[in-house]
Amino acid sequence: MSSPEPRLLYCRCAYAQVLPQDVKDGVLHHLCSAAHPFESVADLCEMSARRDPRLAELASAPLTIIACHPRAVKWLFHAADAPLPDSTEFINLRTLTAPEACQLLPPPA
Amino acid sequence: MSLSPEFSVLLYEGRGSQALPPDRRFALCAALLDRGYSVSRAGLGARLAPGQTSLLVLAEFDDGHAPDLEDAAHAIALSACDIAGLSPDAVTDLVERRRGSQPMNQPGLWKPWFPVIDYSRCTNCMQCLSFCLFDVYGVSKDGKLQVQNNDNCKTNCPACSRVCPEVAIMFPKYSSGPINGEPVSDSDVKREKMKVDISALLGGDLYARLRERSDEAKTRFSKERDASKALAERKKCLTKLMAEGMIPADVLASLPSPEEIQRRATAAAAKAEAALAAAPSPQP
Ligand code: SF4
Ligand code: SF4
Repeated sequence: MSSPEPRLLYCRCAYAQVLPQDVKDGVLHHLCSAAHPFESVADLCEMSARRDPRLAELASAPLTIIACHPRAVKWLFHAADAPLPDSTEFINLRTLTAPEACQLLPPPA
Repeated sequence: MSLSPEFSVLLYEGRGSQALPPDRRFALCAALLDRGYSVSRAGLGARLAPGQTSLLVLAEFDDGHAPDLEDAAHAIALSACDIAGLSPDAVTDLVERRRGSQPMNQPGLWKPWFPVIDYSRCTNCMQCLSFCLFDVYGVSKDGKLQVQNNDNCKTNCPACSRVCPEVAIMFPKYSSGPINGEPVSDSDVKREKMKVDISALLGGDLYARLRERSDEAKTRFSKERDASKALAERKKCLTKLMAEGMIPADVLASLPSPEEIQRRATAAAAKAEAALAAAPSPQP
């Protein structure tokens, strides 16, 4: 049996904008143009600070996280008692351009 | 921050509603996210998390009317709003009204700033615990270093990350690596190992210097010495650290008196020593 397709999780970094605006807008626009459902959160750091129980729910299934450096994201989940499965994939908007990041996502409908 | 938006938003485009054009979907999601709301773009299979108490479903419903929704298990307050013809700003205002008095952090008013530990690197040496004057660090029941009071952390101050010999402390909102979570290089580790001296500086010499300077100041200016002069003395001593961008000015301004600094540094060091003494010796 094949494993379920990972859910897409997009982080907007809204509370302190360390992601370049054009990159996060370009990627969100791409997600909004695709048929694929996705989850988006205002700020994973803010959720980790409050140990938001939604992080554990998100970490309970295969996930592709579109945020910043994978090392930071991995340990932010851990800090909220929501360790990510080893299969988690990351798309790093701190190092990729919008077109580079979009190439790693499902294509527009 | 303990404020908790147990309230989230589902942008619904399934049966009984219109599919949104991509530009509108983008504008709605961006506006809500920038105001601090999480948004699911999902069909009927949306999953709810434990602790979530209300879900607002936004859609352009076929007949222009939002249906009455009810959670069969009565575990969550469900409601729906028709957003046809509303601008993204009008939709976020509507969501704010629906949230009502449920507390929530606000982007722009608060910055999530706290140390995040990379436990694949941390050796449990407790240097960070001894260093921090604000009681951010503690020890878990099983003797592991833990970030326990992240609200105490001073916004934009990454100083403790420079104390960690293993480059295990991250501040994801920091501008540069490896503190922001970038991969750690060998040269980072070498540099940080040298920076451990800062711990000694802050834990001992610096506070001694602060006291000496304060005593000098007392003799020289005993008549006119006041709290603001004492603060100026402390600031001078810390200029070097500040020049390296490690301690922001507002953190300096909020430092307690040298005596209190000394008391807190001693208490933190004792906590770290006790944790190390209680820890099982490392297995060969
Ligand atoms: S996880 Fe990264 S992208 Fe998301 S809010 Fe934190 S710093 Fe920003
Ligand atoms: S200083 Fe670094 S290695 Fe030592 S306990 Fe703190 S995080 Fe771990």
